[in-house]
Amino acid sequence: MKLRNSAERYGLVAIVLHWAIAVLAFGQIGLGLTMMRVESQRLAFDLIQWHKSTGFLIFGLFALRLAWRLANPLPRQPASLRPWERRLAAVVHRLLYALFLALPFSGWTLVSASVLGIPTLVFGLFLLPHLPVEISEPNENFWRFVHHLLAYAAIALIAGHALAALRHHFILRDETLKRMLHPVRRTKP
Amino acid sequence: MMPTRIIALVIFLLLGAPSRAQVPSLSEAAGRYSLVADHSSLAFTVSAVGGPGIEGRFMRFDGNIDIPMDDMERARVMITIYPESVTTGQERIDNFLKSDAVFDTANEKAITFVSTHVTRTGEDTAVIEGNLTARGRTFGETFNVQLAEFRGTEIRLHVEGQVYRSRYGMDVGTPLYSNVVDFDMDLAVVRR
Ligand code: HEM
Repeated sequence: MKLRNSAERYGLVAIVLHWAIAVLAFGQIGLGLTMMRVESQRLAFDLIQWHKSTGFLIFGLFALRLAWRLANPLPRQPASLRPWERRLAAVVHRLLYALFLALPFSGWTLVSASVLGIPTLVFGLFLLPHLPVEISEPNENFWRFVHHLLAYAAIALIAGHALAALRHHFILRDETLKRMLHPVRRTKP
Repeated sequence: MMPTRIIALVIFLLLGAPSRAQVPSLSEAAGRYSLVADHSSLAFTVSAVGGPGIEGRFMRFDGNIDIPMDDMERARVMITIYPESVTTGQERIDNFLKSDAVFDTANEKAITFVSTHVTRTGEDTAVIEGNLTARGRTFGETFNVQLAEFRGTEIRLHVEGQVYRSRYGMDVGTPLYSNVVDFDMDLAVVRR
């Protein structure tokens, strides 16, 4: 198995990063939605601390992923795709990249602007400093609005992205999903 | 008198004036006293890792102190705190403190302290041991008391102590927020 992408297929690193982020993002969205709705304030507090830590982890993995993407060839899309499918896929992928950078950033800004001044201790290991933003109720509310908006946009895009992948696999029966599951094999000698 | 002399006298009086409260004899102090919440303050702080922490106070509480004629160490102190009166100056924090995460004021109306033993540690200082009950759990706690003022019918006491909140089922936010609650109280009591 090869670590790097080839012109046709994804390498192991890209695949592992993709699925690690997929699992974490799925959990993160579930956590975000749950923590806003649980009855117990005690549980909500703990869940929010987890949400901040996981968000930071996703941010870190995403930075790695972006670097890896820029340092590797992007495998060609399957030849069977129609032009509008190619264009739509490219747009959604770009938007997902933008969202996964903006989402954690907006969360971090919201926490930094909060009048509650709750520190972020990432997985109980180290202190994430607050960003130097104005601490006020209006500023906190603005970034809360942005974070919620981006979160809902991400939910919609991820759903579309996943449905498209399932369509390729079960309806079009092409290689699109498979190549995100099996890395490039070493060419036989 | 020359003005410089007057200034010198004022400085002498300020520096030389006794900084400690007049310590009454036991017979002078003996009696039953009630806490006057309006003239008292019951403040606490919880520090946080890399943050401002929480500073709050209880606005409603009452209590009694009984000082017997013969033995100071048999003095009794009883304090009841009403946690729904907690305030930090930030309504969202207050609501969090009142929620099930901390005081659970929907179900728990009072926090009580009943002394079990008073030990004199100096001319105007003492250590009070007693049972603190919060959220249905009781543990022994110790507070340091200093006499701040004695005026015949009124006594002012400065009380400090540290309480581990986790024991009372209020460990939310640890270790981000310290487990130790630092109490700093100025209690005014009047003779009944
Ligand atoms: C990819 C990363 C992230 C995703 C997918 C995500 C998703 C979400 C979602 C779905 C919600 C609930 C929105 C609602 O119920 O309307 C939420 C709320 C929240 N998120 Fe994130 N989040 C991420 C990163 C972060 C980060 C890094 C932080 C902080 C360091 C953060 C802090 C918060 C906070 C404090 C709330 C609650 C806001 C409030 O009080 O209304 N999030 N997030």
